[in-house]
Amino acid sequence: MSVTDIQIQEELSHDDHHEEHHEQGFVSKYIFTTDHKMIAKQFLITGIFWALIGGALSIIFRLQLGFPEMSLEWMRPILGQWITEAGKLDAEFYLALVTMHGTIMVFFVLTAGLSGTFSNFLIPLQIGARDMASGFMNMLSYWFFFASSVVMFISLFIETGPAGGGWTVYPPLSALPQAIQGSGLGMTLWLVSMALFIASSLLGGINYITTVINMRTQGMSFARLPLTIWAFFITAILGVLSFPVLLSAALLLIFDRSFGTSFYLSEIFIAGEALPNVGGSPILYQHLFWFLGHPEVYIVILPALGITSEIIATNSRKPIFGYKAMIGSMLGIGFLSFIVWAHHMFITGMNPFLGSVFTILTLVIAVPSAIKAFNYITTLWKGNIIFTPAMLFSIGLVSFFISGGLTGIFLGNSVLDINLHDTYFVVAHFHLVMGSASFFGLLAGVYHWFPKMFGRMMDDRLGKIHFWLSFVGIYLVFFPLHYIGIAGFPRRYYSFTSFETFSIYGDLNALVSVAAILTFAAQFIFLFNFFYSIYRGRLAPANPWKSTTLEWTTPRFPGHGNWVGAIPKVFRWPYDYSKPGASDDFIPQTVPYSHTPESNLDHENELTKAEDLNGVEKVTQ
Amino acid sequence: MLNLIIVIAVLLILAVIFTAYRVTTLVDVVKKRKAEGYVSKNNSFQGVLMLVFLVVGTVAFFYFSINEYDTYNLPIASEHAVVTENLFWITMAITVFVFIVTQIFLFGFGYKYRYKEGKKAHYYPHNNKLEMIWTIIPAIVLAWLIISGLKQWNVITGPAPENAEVIEVMGYQYAWGYRYPGKDGQLGNYDFRKIDAINQMGLDFSDQTAHDDFMPTQLVIPKGKPVLLKIRGRDVIHSVYNPHFRMQMNAVPGMPTQFWFTPSVSTAEMREITENPEFNYELVCNKICGKGHYSMKGIITVLEQDEYDDWYKENQEKSFLKQNPTYIANVPENLREAAKIAAGIENIDEKQYVTTAVSSFK
Repeated sequence: MSVTDIQIQEELSHDDHHEEHHEQGFVSKYIFTTDHKMIAKQFLITGIFWALIGGALSIIFRLQLGFPEMSLEWMRPILGQWITEAGKLDAEFYLALVTMHGTIMVFFVLTAGLSGTFSNFLIPLQIGARDMASGFMNMLSYWFFFASSVVMFISLFIETGPAGGGWTVYPPLSALPQAIQGSGLGMTLWLVSMALFIASSLLGGINYITTVINMRTQGMSFARLPLTIWAFFITAILGVLSFPVLLSAALLLIFDRSFGTSFYLSEIFIAGEALPNVGGSPILYQHLFWFLGHPEVYIVILPALGITSEIIATNSRKPIFGYKAMIGSMLGIGFLSFIVWAHHMFITGMNPFLGSVFTILTLVIAVPSAIKAFNYITTLWKGNIIFTPAMLFSIGLVSFFISGGLTGIFLGNSVLDINLHDTYFVVAHFHLVMGSASFFGLLAGVYHWFPKMFGRMMDDRLGKIHFWLSFVGIYLVFFPLHYIGIAGFPRRYYSFTSFETFSIYGDLNALVSVAAILTFAAQFIFLFNFFYSIYRGRLAPANPWKSTTLEWTTPRFPGHGNWVGAIPKVFRWPYDYSKPGASDDFIPQTVPYSHTPESNLDHENELTKAEDLNGVEKVTQ
Repeated sequence: MLNLIIVIAVLLILAVIFTAYRVTTLVDVVKKRKAEGYVSKNNSFQGVLMLVFLVVGTVAFFYFSINEYDTYNLPIASEHAVVTENLFWITMAITVFVFIVTQIFLFGFGYKYRYKEGKKAHYYPHNNKLEMIWTIIPAIVLAWLIISGLKQWNVITGPAPENAEVIEVMGYQYAWGYRYPGKDGQLGNYDFRKIDAINQMGLDFSDQTAHDDFMPTQLVIPKGKPVLLKIRGRDVIHSVYNPHFRMQMNAVPGMPTQFWFTPSVSTAEMREITENPEFNYELVCNKICGKGHYSMKGIITVLEQDEYDDWYKENQEKSFLKQNPTYIANVPENLREAAKIAAGIENIDEKQYVTTAVSSFK
C-alpha cells in the first residue's frame, strides 16, 4: 500500500508543476485508460447501450404476447427473415429474443453495468485510495467485457439467430442444433462471449477485493466503511467464488457440443436418429449453472442495496438504521446464497430429500432480506426526507424488493413450487426483486453520483418525471403477471392460443405490453437528461447532497489520483447525519472527534485522545 | 411515404419538447431563480404523490384480486391440491399483510417525514430490541411455513400407494406419448435405440411384459384412484404440467422421473363446474423445448372408475403389437407364440410379417 501511495504522490507533485504539459492523449485518457473513474464510465455507457438493446428486445416479444393478432410486417426492415410470410414473429426467434433479453439484462446490464460502474467508481473514492490496486487489470477487465459484448452483439445478427434455449441454456436443448436453430453458431458465440465475460468479472472482482482490503486510507477501518463498499466487497467475493463454476459448466457444454463427450447427454433420440451419448446427466448442468446462478442474483441485487443504503441515509438526513445489522445481513445473504441453488430445481426430478433441505435453506435467506427491508423503512422514520431523483429511485427499489421478495416465500417452498414453477408467477417474482430493484439501484446511483462523475448536475424535474413513469410503469408491467402466473400460464410461450386453459387474460397481457412500451419510452427521458447534462448541466457544487463520505472531498473534476495533495484521513463512521448537538446536519468522515466536542457521544470522547491530527485542518462552520 | 411522414413527425415532436425544455431552463436562468439547491420546491409534492400511489395502488390491488378471484384461481382437481392450495392461501394471507403494512410504512413515512425547513431528523442509529423482534418473528413464521410445506412435500414426492395405476408419459418435440401396461399390469422395457417412426416410445420386444402394452392418443385416468406417472423425455427436457391438478414434473432424457396424484374431479364434473361443455384437462409442456414449445399439448381425460375400467378393457385389445403386427419380427423367436397370445393376435402366416417388418425399417 505505502509503496503505491508514494509513487503516485510523487507523480502527483510532479504533475503540480507541469500540469499543462502532462495532458494525457485521447487514447490513454478515454480508451485504454487505467483511471478507475474513466473505466467506471466505460462500464456505465456500455451498460446503458446494452440496457437499450435488452429493453428493445423485450418490447418486440411483448408486442407478440400482448397483441398476437397484430401484423409485425413493419419490423421486417429490422428483423428480416424473422418476420414470417404472414407478417408474424417467428416462433423460434421469439425464444431467441427471450434468451437474449435475459442474458443481456442479467449479465451485461445488471452485473457489468452495475457492479462494473459503481464498484470501480466508488471503491477508491469512498475508501480513500488513489486508484484500484491494479489499474492495468482493471483496464483488462473492461476490455474483456468489451470483447464479450462484441461477440454477443454479433450473435444477434447471424443467420441461424442467437442462442434460443432460455438464458439458463439447459442442455440437451442448448447442446443440439437439431433441437433448435439457435443452438448452432448462436450458442457457440454465447459460450465464447460468456467465457470472456467471466474472465472480465474475475479480473474486476479480484481487484475490488484487493483494493478494499489493502488500500483503505488511514482511519478507514472496516467498521467505518460505507455500506456501499461493504456491498461491493461481498458482491466481488461472491463473483470470484461462483463465476469459475459457470465457466466449468460452460466448458463441459462446449465439450459436449463440439467434441462428442457425454457430460450432459444421455439416451437421446432426435431428428430421426438415436445419438451415441449415454451416461450423462442434464441435471448436472443445472446444478453447476445454479451454483453460479443463485449467487448471481445476489451479485445483481447487493450492489443496488448498498447504493440504496447510502442514498436513503443521506437524503433522510439520518444514520442508516442498524449499520451492523445491515453488514451482518449482507454477510448472511452472501453465505446462504451458495447453499440455496437447488430451489431452482425442485421439480427436475432430483431427490426429494434434497428438495426438503433446499426449502429450509431458502426460506432462511428470507430473514436477512427482511431485516434489510425493515431497516430501510426505519431509516425513513422521523427523518427529514429530501426527494432527489436518487432518493425516489431508492424508495422505489425498497418497494420492489419487498413486493418481489415476498413472492419468493411461495416459490422457495417446494410444495407450492410444484404448481408455480416456470409460470409467470416466477417471471413476476424475479423481475421485481432482482430485475427492477437492481435496475432502480443502478439509476439511483447514476443520479446520485453523476455530479462526481461529470462535475455537473442532472436535471431534477426530468429525473422525477422519469421516476414516476418508470415506477408506475414497472408495477403495471409486473404486478399483473402474478395473476397470470397463478392461473398457470407457462413462461417462454410464444402464444397461448393452443390451450383452452390459457384463453383468458388476453386483455391483461395487452395492458402489460402497453405499460412495458410506455416504461421503455420513459427511459429516453433519462437518456436525454444523462447525455445533455454531461455537456450542458449546471456545474455541480463540491458536495451537492451534503454527504459525509470521502468522494465529496475531491475536486469537482478529480484527476487521475483523485485528491490533490494528501489523501484525507478518516475519523468516524459514514453516517453522522443530524447528530444531536452538531450545528450542521452532517459531519463528514474527515472531521475528527476532537473538533466536535459538542456532539460527541461518551465513547467517542474517549477516542479523541488517540486521534492523530497531523495534517488535519480545523474547519470552522 | 407514410413512414417518412411518421419519422418527420416524431422528429418534430422531439424538437418541440427539446426547445420547450431549453426555454424553461433559460427562463429560470434569466429570472435568476436561485440555482435550485439541494431541496427542490416540488419536494412536498413528491411526498403527496407517494400517498396517492399508495392509496390508488392498494385499492386497485384489492379490487382486482377479489373481483377476478374465480378467473385466475383455477378449480382444483386432485386430492393433494386441496392441501397445497390451503397452504398457498395461508402464505398469501401472511405475505399480503406484510406487503400492505410495509408499503404503508414506506410511503407513509415518505409523506409524513418529508423535508421541512428547520426540522432536524431524529438521530437513531440502532435499536437492538427492534432488530431482534424483526429477526425472530419472520424466522418463526417462516419455520412454520416450512414445516407445513415439507410435511406435504414428503407425502407428494413419497412412494405412490401400492394400488396406483401406473402409466408412462413421454415428452418429445412437440407432443406427448402415453403407454399403459396392458393385461399383465406391467410396463415393458424400452430402449431409446429401438425408437423409429412407428415404435415412437422404443418398446423393447425382448421383454415379455412389453408385448401387451398399449398406447392411446390421450392420457385417460380414473377418478379417485392414485395415478403414478412414469415420466421420461426423448430428446430435450420437457415438463409434464397441469395447473388443475397442481401437478408438475420434468421429463428428462436419460433420467426417468415420476409423479403421483389422485384425480378428484372427472372431466364431466369439471365441465359442469366451469360451465364449459368443451372443457378438457390439458397436459402442458412447461420447460422450454424448442420452436413448438407453446403448442405442445396433450389431452387428459378423467373418467369415473367404472367408465375407466370399460375404457381400459376396450383399449387393451389394441396393444401396440396387435396394431403393428410387423414388429413380431423383433420379438425373439422363442417368445413369439407367447407374444401373439399376449398381444391378442390371431395366428397368421409368420413369414409375411418378417418381410414387411424388414421393409418398414428401410
